[in-house]
Amino acid sequence: MTAVRVLVGTRKGAFVLTSDGKREKWDVTGPHFAGWEIYHVKGSPANPDRLYASQSTSWFGQQIQRSEDGGQTWQSAGNEFSYDGVTGTHQWYDGTPHPWEFARVWHLEPSLHDPDTVYAGVEDAALFRSTDAGQSWKELSGLRTHDTGSHWQPGAGGMCLHTILLDPVHEGRMFAAISSAGAFRSDDAGESWRPVTKGLRSEFMPDPEAEIGHCVHRIAMHPSRPDVLFMQKHWDVMRTDNAGETWHEISGDLPTDFGFPISVHANEPDTVYVVPITSDSLHFPPDGRLRVYRSRAGGNEWEPLTSGLPQQNCYVNVLRDAMDVDSLDECGIYFGTTGGQVYASADAGDTWSAVVRDLPAVLSVEVQTLS
Amino acid sequence: MIMVELPAHLRTLAGVSGEVALDLPADGPAAVTLSEALDALEARYPVLRGTMRDQGTGRRRAFVRFFACKEDLSHEPPDFPLPEPVLRGSEPLLVVGAIAGG
Repeated sequence: MTAVRVLVGTRKGAFVLTSDGKREKWDVTGPHFAGWEIYHVKGSPANPDRLYASQSTSWFGQQIQRSEDGGQTWQSAGNEFSYDGVTGTHQWYDGTPHPWEFARVWHLEPSLHDPDTVYAGVEDAALFRSTDAGQSWKELSGLRTHDTGSHWQPGAGGMCLHTILLDPVHEGRMFAAISSAGAFRSDDAGESWRPVTKGLRSEFMPDPEAEIGHCVHRIAMHPSRPDVLFMQKHWDVMRTDNAGETWHEISGDLPTDFGFPISVHANEPDTVYVVPITSDSLHFPPDGRLRVYRSRAGGNEWEPLTSGLPQQNCYVNVLRDAMDVDSLDECGIYFGTTGGQVYASADAGDTWSAVVRDLPAVLSVEVQTLS
Repeated sequence: MIMVELPAHLRTLAGVSGEVALDLPADGPAAVTLSEALDALEARYPVLRGTMRDQGTGRRRAFVRFFACKEDLSHEPPDFPLPEPVLRGSEPLLVVGAIAGG
């Protein structure tokens, strides 16, 4: 019996949405950790009942929670994220040096093979790893101490490490993306890193083709083809076919190429989804019409998906970690909005319906396909 | 016996309701500092580590305040001795989430 579990992080708690393979009727539990910001909840691919959640508030700081039963019950794990060695400085908004300061965990990425190993992307940007199910955390400081680190500068949302991709084919290869430092690749399991930004272009920078400073919003990978990555940048939708060595633009006929999330169809590696947002100063869909765009050609040619989505008076945003897919034969697509809706499509985006409509602002959506 | 009153979110985290009683200074020194009381609180409820003070620097988190006997202790140094009524348990040490936001 297949089932789908959707893990939703919001501004005021976590929610777990479950359904059978038909994805028509949903059971909703939550809020878990009511009143706390839940930036991310994600399950272990090696043990789907092992979940990790990032729980924080500006008042009381960071907590990490762990579940062993698919989100029914939770236990507090370790919450000490200490940068390794002398932290040094990065650039502040005004260009002056600013010391690295831990703020929160944006993204948790469990290992593909070991349920006790999990990576955490944090603000101020750094990568941590736990090998004891989240009880203790050690920084993989090769990223933060990269030669360019002192020149990294936060974006409006903070200098966050928001994307961690683990390559299932090339052992030791992983990718990380930081707003607004750029995209980085490691080939030695996170010990050392280098920027992979050639081909990115950001008009707002003094040198539009600089190695760092690009505001990467999200990167997506299909596990069967890990050298191909899709990127939603501050502006521009980009693609690489060589694991980040070079990127080329695939925005094509999108109505706007600004946006936050990007996802790949589970069974079609060249089918890609984005949610165009009007601009960097207008964080809502163009014309008040919420449209997911799908390319079945790996980019450039995009079609709007609107059936079941509001096509007037809609002014929500969809954040970078708030879209995901299931891996059933008929791929399901899910996304959450800052208006508290979680929309689901059980037919690869052709038609949509709201699973829930009135949650707090959705920060993250992760999907587990259970058998 | 020192009584500590936690804000709602920290009570939930620690799994307690009402005030928390700490066995200080029953077998210890006559004076107990603010820092020692917080250390004892965190030792009893490890989940509270980092919620009131930065785990690295020990500095009070910006939106957390400490009060006792109608006095704001938030800006006192860590070795500030708690008032006598707090040591006797007749007045609680209050951990307060600051009113912030809008």
